[in-house]
Amino acid sequence: MGLLFSFFTVTALVLIVLIGVKAANFHYLFGVIVPYAAFLTFFIGVIYRVMQWGRVPVPFRIPTTAGQEKSFPWIKQNAIDNPSTAFGVIIRMAFEVLLFRSLFRNTNTELREGPKLSYGSTKWLWLGGLAFHWTFFIILTRHLRLFFEPVPMLIQIMESLDGFFQVGAPVLYLTDLIFLGAVTFLFLRRVIIPQVRYISLAADYFPLFLIFSIGFTGILMRYFFKTDVVGIKQLTMGLITFSPVVPTGIGIIFYIHLFLISALFAYFPLSKLMHMAGVFLSPTRNLVNNNRAVMHVNPWNYPVKVHTYEEYENDYREKMKAAGLPVEKE
Amino acid sequence: MANPKPEELARIDYKPPKTGWMDTPTVFKPGIFPNACKQKSLETVGFPNARQWSVKDEDWKLPENWQEIFIEGLRERVSKYRSFRLFLDICVRCGACADKCHFFIGGGDPKNMPVLRAELLRSVYRKYCTTSGKVMGKLAGARELTIEVLKEIWYYAYQCTECRRCSLFCPYGIDTAEITILARELLNLLGLNIDWIAGPVANCWLTGNHLGLQPHTIKDSFEMFVDDLETATGIRVNPTFNRKGAEILLVVPSGDLFADPGTFTTMGELLLFHELGLDYTWSTFASEGGDFGFFTSNEMAKRLHNKIYEEAKRLKVKWIIGGECGHMWRVWHQYHNTWFGPVDFLEEPVSPITGTKFENTKSNKTVHICEFTADLIKHGKLNLDPGRNDNLKVTYHDSCNTSRGMGFLEEPRYIINNVCNHFYEMPPNTIREQTFCCGSGSGLNASENMENRLRGGLPRANAVKHVKDKYGVNMLACICAIDRAALTTSVDYWVPGVRVTGVHEMVGNALVCKGEKKRTTDLRGDPLPGMEGE
Repeated sequence: MGLLFSFFTVTALVLIVLIGVKAANFHYLFGVIVPYAAFLTFFIGVIYRVMQWGRVPVPFRIPTTAGQEKSFPWIKQNAIDNPSTAFGVIIRMAFEVLLFRSLFRNTNTELREGPKLSYGSTKWLWLGGLAFHWTFFIILTRHLRLFFEPVPMLIQIMESLDGFFQVGAPVLYLTDLIFLGAVTFLFLRRVIIPQVRYISLAADYFPLFLIFSIGFTGILMRYFFKTDVVGIKQLTMGLITFSPVVPTGIGIIFYIHLFLISALFAYFPLSKLMHMAGVFLSPTRNLVNNNRAVMHVNPWNYPVKVHTYEEYENDYREKMKAAGLPVEKE
Repeated sequence: MANPKPEELARIDYKPPKTGWMDTPTVFKPGIFPNACKQKSLETVGFPNARQWSVKDEDWKLPENWQEIFIEGLRERVSKYRSFRLFLDICVRCGACADKCHFFIGGGDPKNMPVLRAELLRSVYRKYCTTSGKVMGKLAGARELTIEVLKEIWYYAYQCTECRRCSLFCPYGIDTAEITILARELLNLLGLNIDWIAGPVANCWLTGNHLGLQPHTIKDSFEMFVDDLETATGIRVNPTFNRKGAEILLVVPSGDLFADPGTFTTMGELLLFHELGLDYTWSTFASEGGDFGFFTSNEMAKRLHNKIYEEAKRLKVKWIIGGECGHMWRVWHQYHNTWFGPVDFLEEPVSPITGTKFENTKSNKTVHICEFTADLIKHGKLNLDPGRNDNLKVTYHDSCNTSRGMGFLEEPRYIINNVCNHFYEMPPNTIREQTFCCGSGSGLNASENMENRLRGGLPRANAVKHVKDKYGVNMLACICAIDRAALTTSVDYWVPGVRVTGVHEMVGNALVCKGEKKRTTDLRGDPLPGMEGE
């Protein structure tokens, strides 16, 4: 159900642009108002969500320790997977965010006759995830060329590296290929692996379809349908300088691409995509494991009702005395 | 009820049903769920909605406004625990956690995949606490909190041992233990605890320990240990209780005072501390290191644990040593200091034997007994004869809590390597931070849910079988009282012929004491290697 719903929603989004731009001529709406609104939603939404999390206290220091803790000088600590300093945490987080350290540990459990359980290393999800996120990031960064005049050196270098193999005209970007491949992989594993399919919701399929369509329309625009690049840059420069213009003659495919991106931006803060910001706040990863050396304060710690020694002794005084145990009151 | 044969139990179907999980009603299977708590247990600690109820009954006799209580409780907790809120929000359902859970591996129930177990509650959170859930309903993965949903949450909240293995593999560190802990807190608002947790909690409140051992009973147990030790070693140790002015307070899990093989661990500790001439005391009041309150609610955990520092203060000791126990050390390490700190009435721990400052616990002032002993061995303070353990081929089970909630991996290994000559590790994916639960942690070691415990115990037992077949391993060492009880059962079922021991039992066997008689038996009374005929 989730799969079909997501598919049709993305299809509907495409149709909305087709009708809106092609039939109703709402160029200004789809070229300016929607992107502004979407970006604003994204910006405010993400900040709101992060502040919402930030407002919630971290009552206990509960890192998941993934290696030897700091103890004696003669025992080697795993300072990254079980950090005892802020610097260690920064390294741990960098590994987590940039290289998906935890996912790299992934194993595949197999049960054979016997019974015999075995756990093989499996890196596919890690590799697919890493490829997807990194190429997405590079592609996004490449798009900054639309918002700068002249185009910064760094972006030009990035583009030439990306097109290193000099295949086709315009030059084929490696990241485009990897990106679509990775999204497809992530989708297929969701459909094919029975357990993953079983846990999948519409909220899991929708972003995949949306992101695939964004990539796909981008590729169509670059390699197949000729679009008015000069016109597009006029539009994007207008947006970034807050003096929006809508040049005529930009192909419909651009508007589809732009609208889907707007949809993704607007959807982002409402969805699981917030994991991008959330991972930084995860208390099992971003805390130092030094609980016994440095006290962690719980802002809402409150006194609780306890059973005191006095009450205990009152309950058992005679028995304690008979057993020769010392008591406070004879 | 007899348990199925291992071959039958190991036929596991991992294929999820055809219907979606929200549309697949949860059937309560005997052997999987523990019994309901008793009214009296809840009343003892003043818990709300205490009543007699039964899991098998249709009517759980819930208070009229149970929905409101649950949802209000949920809203309160997502505003008090960032972990909880974040973990309910950011899961992308990648499935990396699915086959990391011992209950899923051993049982195949899809709702025991950590991600789906969390979704059971997450779906309710979405419905009542998020806009998308309110508007989009099922499409956004949200669902109403019906009585069936509540029962389902209960059924699976008591099929998670809070071992945190899934959180190790999660790319965002989502910790199902946090979700289970708080789900159980919510269920406790409705009086929906289980007997095996609520009973020990009530005991612990009244007597200071889970087993309900009264002060004179504790002393009696020790007299037995002292006699047995004298028989084995010729040395009469002289433990003291509730003694003011001792330098160190020793607190161990009460299981080690009561049942084999834990009692042998206590005997090892008694012998070691006697040999050192350590100025230490036991306490009949702080007679429990573990904390089943932790499986109930944060508040209950704190209420039960107060006694340890209270007693340390009353007896005017300088610092505290804690025994071999898993969840006890999760609590002592990650919660103690926050609940009760600053602990300025104690002194920073320094070993009176070696002079070592335990820098890593200078604020909390609690030292793990394995830290203490490892330091002694490192400084050559113990006269050890590992040959006395030559009849043992040992492997070591890391407790979930000390591994993933602390990172306590090398110290016990260092001790084991010094007290026995034959030590073999289980496969890397089953030890250290990747260790598997015994299958009965977090208060699930009841008898009525035995099938589930055996299922959950399969991954650990199977790894033991691997080293048994390969190296002839016959002894499984651990540093957890629940392990000592639970692994004994699980290993008997899956890998008969392997026994379970605490690390300090092996220390006691290897320890050459001043003035001891010729040792012919180990602490269990079994002949030492080469002494079979004596």
